[in-house]
Amino acid sequence: MSEVLLALLYFLIFPGFLFTAVIGLFAAWVDRKVTARLQWRVGPPWYQNFIDFLKLMGKETIIPSGARKITFLSAPLVGLVGITLVSLMLWQMNLYPATTFLGDLIVILYLSILPSLAIMIGGAASGNPLASLGASREIKLLLAYELPFIVAIFTPVVIIKDIRIGSIVSYQINHGMMFTHHISSLIALVVAFICMQAKLTLAPFDIPEAEQEIMAGPLIEYSGPSLAMFKLIKAMMLFTVPVFLITVFAGGMRFGGIQALYSVIKYKGYDAFYSSCIFDYCFCRRNEV
Amino acid sequence: MSLTMFSLKKSIWVYHLSAGSCNNCDIEILDCLTPRFDLERFGIMLVGSIRHADVILATGIVTRKCLLRVKRVYEQMPAPKLVVAIGACACTGGIFRTGYNMAGPFDRVIPVNAYIPGCPPKPEAMIDGVVKLIQSLNGKLPAKKVR
Ligand code: SF4
Repeated sequence: MSEVLLALLYFLIFPGFLFTAVIGLFAAWVDRKVTARLQWRVGPPWYQNFIDFLKLMGKETIIPSGARKITFLSAPLVGLVGITLVSLMLWQMNLYPATTFLGDLIVILYLSILPSLAIMIGGAASGNPLASLGASREIKLLLAYELPFIVAIFTPVVIIKDIRIGSIVSYQINHGMMFTHHISSLIALVVAFICMQAKLTLAPFDIPEAEQEIMAGPLIEYSGPSLAMFKLIKAMMLFTVPVFLITVFAGGMRFGGIQALYSVIKYKGYDAFYSSCIFDYCFCRRNEV
Repeated sequence: MSLTMFSLKKSIWVYHLSAGSCNNCDIEILDCLTPRFDLERFGIMLVGSIRHADVILATGIVTRKCLLRVKRVYEQMPAPKLVVAIGACACTGGIFRTGYNMAGPFDRVIPVNAYIPGCPPKPEAMIDGVVKLIQSLNGKLPAKKVR
């Protein structure tokens, strides 16, 4: 009984849903703030994304008459459960590498596709032509980035000849970070970085939501709580996918003493990488105008 | 004050609805959203889909062609919904009020919560209008369903 309760606690609070959601929304704010500062603006206050989420939860949900009702409403839930499970498993492996099991890397790779899948299904079920255009673009994007992403993630597996995340983490605890010790890992990290950008549909890869042509893409018909859930999924991915790469290539995240600080710095480093991409993006845009 | 109300005040997503304006008001709205005025610091954001919007920024007299579309767009908006009429045309019909094609102004077609006069109003006037609208809400939301 207590085991079930503990599992629920893990899933709902730490390191599952609540923890990832809060840090993710905060990371999304950092993104917006940096963009604002680059454009010489003040930018939104730190609680902006939380307020946006609250407001969307209080709004009406409209189901378009052409939509498949059940699929339309359940798609965001599927994505949310998928990203929560990914985060839960990753942190479990990071904090207790001994709880690993054979093939958990593959499980995480599969589960991390669920949010994209949810966006596709939701967009296609909403019965809006722009949404289905966005959904088909999301499929194309997925087909393009998923293979290099998997190949990149499997490089450490080939190096240590073990397909467990726990083993990868403990190998790095003993031998130092993966990408500083193996050239092949460094190359794989670069590839994975670019794929991560696509997975998060950020700047150069934002074709599913290209707001200049197809408005909000697959999310165009979503309103109220289901839109809030999609925003939350996006924010949680912004936190979870970098943690995944850090786990596989850069020694994982650990708490306790100086290590916790180090983990935060690592995450911020990855965040800075996006920000530079955002800068490129703003720059390109300014040239266009 | 309810939680929805509290969050609505701090996060306003606007949708730009142009119903037969001369385009000047629209340009002025876009000016209002540029980095110079930085509306994002108040949580105001321009969205492309009416399903995501809280406030409609309405410009122009409502022409006969636009009439049905304006009504449909309003009905497609999720509930707490607010409408701000921007410019002399949207408020009264302005210089086009005797035109053959005039079906407006806006408050004859859909409920309007705030009027911002001017031809076109300056971005400062628009910000002032939206702020006054937010302050006037004071805990009460417009009716859930208006038909
Ligand atoms: S109010 Fe003036 S500027 Fe605005 S749409 Fe009418 S005529 Fe044009």
